[in-house]
Amino acid sequence: MKVAITSTGNTTDSKLDQRFGRCSYFVIYDQETGGIEFIPNPGKEASDGAGPAAVQLVASRNVQKIVSGEFGIKIKSLLDSLKIQMIIIRDPDRKIEEIINMLNQ
Amino acid sequence: MSPRPHRLRKISNPPVISGFKPYRNKTIDENAEAIFLQYEEYETLRLCDHEMLNHKQASERMAVSRPTLTRIYSSARQKIAEAFVMGKQIIIEGGKIYFDSEWYTCRRCGCYFNNPEKDSWTNNCPMCRGNDISSAGDISNLDGITI
Repeated sequence: MKVAITSTGNTTDSKLDQRFGRCSYFVIYDQETGGIEFIPNPGKEASDGAGPAAVQLVASRNVQKIVSGEFGIKIKSLLDSLKIQMIIIRDPDRKIEEIINMLNQ
Repeated sequence: MSPRPHRLRKISNPPVISGFKPYRNKTIDENAEAIFLQYEEYETLRLCDHEMLNHKQASERMAVSRPTLTRIYSSARQKIAEAFVMGKQIIIEGGKIYFDSEWYTCRRCGCYFNNPEKDSWTNNCPMCRGNDISSAGDISNLDGITI
């Protein structure tokens, strides 16, 4: 199963980005192979439509869960219809590495 | 003057099937027109007659007023009764709605998560695999979460 995590940087030391649509990087983590992929978010500076564009990007990677700090109003119904699970962590100091370790428990 | 547009109705559990067909109806034409039951009508029926909520509680779940809920509910019953009596098929589709899945919180790691798969559900947190989860209720009221 693949999981998308929003990240502030492109290393596993980076912290969880609290925004979904305008995060700096998406981390695509594959739970079966343990592969980690960093994708820069093209919609980071977008004035509008960043959220739906981000959904399209992560959905094209076949992720089934998204971990972030917050999801905007346009995103929810989109992800519901795509059957992608949203996980909210209200902790800006959480590192990507810690989240991956938690997922592997 | 045009009427005020309908308020969107919140659907938390979409139906697992898309309709019903009558069987062994000897007297009635198989190709008779179908009854179109709207999603919001299905949802009122689910809340009022399956979860056994009263109209006030059900209206809060669907984010509409109590009289509106009663109106949708009576229309749902009328349609179903007509389908039963006339032997018509029921197709569930359409309506002014938005989907909203139910939210849960994990007491162990403090995360919030929703459940997009209605039919397959395990009682474990998707993050830490802990089983101490509880329903988060209406998450839009929680501090700092914009959903």
